[in-house]
Amino acid sequence: MTGARIFLEALKREGVREIFGIPGGAVINIYDELHKDSELFHILTRHEQGAVHAADGYARSSGKVGVVLVTSGPGATNTVTGIATAYMDSSPIVVFTGQVPTSMIGNDAFQEADIVGITRPCTKHNYLVKDVKDLPRVIKEAFYIARTGRPGPVLVDLPKDVITASANVKFPDHIELRGYKPVLEGHVKQIRKALDIILASSRPVLYTGGGVIWSSAAADLTKFARKLKIPVTNTLMGLGGFPGDDELFMGMLGMHGTYAANMAVTHSDLIIAVGARFDDRVTGKVEEFAPEAKIVHVDVDPASISKSVKVHVPIVGDAKRVVRRLLEELKNVPQKEIRAFQKRTAEWRKKISEWKETQPLRYNRSKTRIKPQYVVEKLYELTGGDAIITTEVGQNQMWAAQFFKYKQPRTFITSGGLGTMGFGFPAAIGAQVANPGKVVVDIAGDGSIQMNIQELATAVQYRLPVKVFILNNRFLGMVRQWQHLFFDKRYSETCFGVLPDFVRLAEAYGAVGLRATRPDQVENVIKKALDVNAPVLVDFVIDREECVYPMVPAGASLKDMLLV
Amino acid sequence: MVRRHTISLLVENRFGVLARVAGLFSGRGYNIESLCVAETTDPTVSKMTIVTSGDDQIIEQIIKQLRKLIDVIKVTDLTTTEHVERELVLVKVNAAPEHRAEILRTVDIFRAKIVDVSPSAYVVEITGDEGKIGAFIELMKPFGIRDIARTGKVAMARTAKKREQEGTRHVA
Ligand SMILES: Cc1ncc(C[n+]2csc(CCOP(=O)(O)OP(=O)(O)O)c2C)c(N)n1
Repeated sequence: MTGARIFLEALKREGVREIFGIPGGAVINIYDELHKDSELFHILTRHEQGAVHAADGYARSSGKVGVVLVTSGPGATNTVTGIATAYMDSSPIVVFTGQVPTSMIGNDAFQEADIVGITRPCTKHNYLVKDVKDLPRVIKEAFYIARTGRPGPVLVDLPKDVITASANVKFPDHIELRGYKPVLEGHVKQIRKALDIILASSRPVLYTGGGVIWSSAAADLTKFARKLKIPVTNTLMGLGGFPGDDELFMGMLGMHGTYAANMAVTHSDLIIAVGARFDDRVTGKVEEFAPEAKIVHVDVDPASISKSVKVHVPIVGDAKRVVRRLLEELKNVPQKEIRAFQKRTAEWRKKISEWKETQPLRYNRSKTRIKPQYVVEKLYELTGGDAIITTEVGQNQMWAAQFFKYKQPRTFITSGGLGTMGFGFPAAIGAQVANPGKVVVDIAGDGSIQMNIQELATAVQYRLPVKVFILNNRFLGMVRQWQHLFFDKRYSETCFGVLPDFVRLAEAYGAVGLRATRPDQVENVIKKALDVNAPVLVDFVIDREECVYPMVPAGASLKDMLLV
Repeated sequence: MVRRHTISLLVENRFGVLARVAGLFSGRGYNIESLCVAETTDPTVSKMTIVTSGDDQIIEQIIKQLRKLIDVIKVTDLTTTEHVERELVLVKVNAAPEHRAEILRTVDIFRAKIVDVSPSAYVVEITGDEGKIGAFIELMKPFGIRDIARTGKVAMARTAKKREQEGTRHVA
């Protein structure tokens, strides 16, 4: 078998069905082999960054590993932003890059780039394959590393001579990595200790993040929260990990979190963090984060524990397994004690309800201008929440997080850690590939959408009925908001002098273009977009200077929120 | 409180591993005071000794981040256990005729060795722990140190068994 054939066989053994990529000289033999293969489906994107975000969106929406194949040099370097995006949000993807022949590595050969060196700090692991015989093992390891423990991107660099060489190989059934043994089962003693502390608390808060989504712990965690009636807040990455319409749900916390969630954290006496990492956008001024609280922290990555805040009960383990164990242990707690706990914490829940009532998420409604929040609310209403929402980065992302209630895990897909503009649209394409029957909407800004707009061609070519809702303020809105609030409205380079006509642009690509300029058009336009079984780009011309509130200024304490 | 730590790593003996470890330190802003690496008796495994400094939280992060690297098999913070450390240093010191006797005496006291002699300088080889090496260098300074080359520290945990430990202590 040639290296190219071995490569495809190894992918199939990992259950791969779809590959996102763009060919080139260094991988032309693989593409030739792919041409003869009827089992693997290749999606040709228009930019390698688009391919990686698409594979990432595929992974986030399905839990399966996303796969990318690109050529050497520029093909490889174009993947870097996508890889870093996946790395920051722990998304399992495997990126295969072509490379110049091993004999030429280091010679500045045509289209040579040291992609293993370049991506070392933004991959969970990476490989340069030097011998065709290593290919089956390396590919198996790459997938295993990508999807286990704290998931993440893995890159495999494939020199051309390795791809063209032939060898008799055996595909391994299992692999042994002596330096990689993720701890999945939480320490039982620690879990018991956590439960004791929880039952002794009076003002508990469950603070859950992306780890709950990745480990499929949402259902068990919801059960646990409801059994004890513990109020829940999600990080941006954690949205969908707890039903957004549940009365225990307080919304997102952090910089653009709800008043109730930020106040609850500030006054809590026990934070139970599950699969969240106390990111600076969540904690605000870290010294003043949850000043009265003890902290229980469940995370599969030991390095996330006690990184920025001191933790009282650390539990290293997979979120789902730990929460299941907590539920088991809870069975041994007398009903009486549980009732006493619920009674003791009733006052706390009442306090939280008051916060929710006095300061709900809100905006100034308008009859003449389209408010972006209104668009998101309407989309929620018209889909009943049954959709996968991806976002770009900026205000659009925050409004999408605030005004849509996510009820299921893997339905909210956003670049949280790296904050990559241009992520949402290709991610939506990947999500649509993984979920053919689902409504997939990218909530976008006019700035971000221009960063990967070329993927409209991909959506049209593969008949992926992805919707793009541009909340068009003709600004780099979130940056403008900061300039508005903290730089005396000096809008340095945030106002676009020129924007394309998005409707005609969509049509030029063969997609459907729609526009709404008045609030009374919004509902109909959304209905129309959802009705069309084709890619649709909708240009919502919104109130230009709308800001995202609440807002905790960078570096301020969570309790110091700017409100509407 | 910022303290110096000696961390010992067992790593896969593969190309790129050193870059991964060094990159982790530079990427996260940790400093490396010295780093030594060489094969062990198992040719697939290398041993690294890294001297770094930081407060408890930073050291904890360094160790956890090192453990996350797929090619890192084992990480031990030797600072918290009984261990021996040694460094080898070559010192080229001015050897004016009137100073030679004193230099030779000091070399003798420190059980160092003269490994090269020229009309105007000696090259001295000395092995020892941090304290011994520091003291020796201080004593050489007045004569004029022309050049110095240090291997960086290597270190090893002492054997836990009591009797054995006593036996090895003096040899070291
Ligand atoms: C690739 C990239 N470049 C720059 C930024 C910095 N940035 C953050 S938000 C933002 C503005 C986004 O504008 P737009 O997409 O129009 O969305 P809006 O905030 O108006 O909703 C910018 C430039 C970024 N996050 N990503």
